[in-house]
Amino acid sequence: MPDKRILIVDDSPTMRQLIAFAVKRLPGVEILEASDGVDALKKLAGERFDLIFTDINMPVMDGLKLVSLVRSDPAMKATPIAIISTEGAAEDRERALALGANDYITKPIQAARVLTVARELLGIS
Amino acid sequence: MAMDDEKGMYSRAEEFLQMFKKGAEFSQELMKENERLRYRVFQLEEEARGIGAPAPVLEENRLLAARIDELEREKEEILQRIRQIEAENNDFATRYVEIEEENNSLANLYIASYQLHSTLDFREVLQIVSEIIINLIGAEEFAVLLLDERTSLLSAVAAEGIALGELPPIRPGEGMIGSIARTGENYFAADPANYLRDLEQPMVCIPLKIKEHVIGVIVIYRLFIQKTSFAQVDFELFTLLAGHAATAIFSSRLYSDSERKLSTMQGFINLLTR
Repeated sequence: MPDKRILIVDDSPTMRQLIAFAVKRLPGVEILEASDGVDALKKLAGERFDLIFTDINMPVMDGLKLVSLVRSDPAMKATPIAIISTEGAAEDRERALALGANDYITKPIQAARVLTVARELLGIS
Repeated sequence: MAMDDEKGMYSRAEEFLQMFKKGAEFSQELMKENERLRYRVFQLEEEARGIGAPAPVLEENRLLAARIDELEREKEEILQRIRQIEAENNDFATRYVEIEEENNSLANLYIASYQLHSTLDFREVLQIVSEIIINLIGAEEFAVLLLDERTSLLSAVAAEGIALGELPPIRPGEGMIGSIARTGENYFAADPANYLRDLEQPMVCIPLKIKEHVIGVIVIYRLFIQKTSFAQVDFELFTLLAGHAATAIFSSRLYSDSERKLSTMQGFINLLTR
């Protein structure tokens, strides 16, 4: 039985695999993937997750909309969310954090940074 | 790095730490013992001066002085060992960081090659090449140009941040991009942070090669704002793209062409047999 469950939301299979590869190094972690915001909401509706990694630019529903919907749902508003974005500008980061994201990771993706954020948000020392 | 290796490294580091602590405690004890013995020598010398030292006291004095010298030597040896362990510990920590970086680079390379060969659909392969350039290298504006065998021109087939029409067809050997397609050598601008966009002079130009045969080039014009220079893993990714992307693109194009021909032939057969 895994201790922590992580949902990775990205329309790019390459990105999902990159993030999954990084967080798999944490012990007792189960990883699920979603290809966009709507797919993520379907998965979030039926299951409990301890952390969400989400891209911003996705078809159907983008990451920022997903963050605001998760934050407005009492059942999952406390779930930590880390945004992964190509935008490195400070205002994009501030905007994402203001919407309720807990952390912000910029591309190109670095496994060490993903691991650090996952550890912090999951409370793993 | 395997989890077992990582655990082994942690346990070795833990062992060193324990050894270091024990050594430090032992040094403290020796120093206390040294103090005590010095005090005792002082007392005995005082006594000897006061009452005219008898022979046994003098002998004891001599033995204690020898013992102090011995303890001093042992203390110096232990301190030397502690310094050595600290240096080893630092070496291990540095090596651990290096192995971590290497591990992350290998993971990126593995994922890139796995994704490149996960499909035979030409459009999907181009999409994966673009994803690798965006997500793993961190490029914002780039294009993939392929050599058209019929026209012998390099034409843009995929682009990000630039319209395909902005990139005119290029003849191999002509201009900077054409010469890269001719020579098959990678090109990187010396100072990516201060590079100014010029469609004929990209920041990076990577030939797509199958053995020595160039089938196209990848040109990069701009990196993300947060990416100011290339890391070692980027050069490895470029090398991987040069070879693996080329074979993936080539085989998917062949497959797509053969599928199209097969479909056409099937259509004819159906027409003839009806």
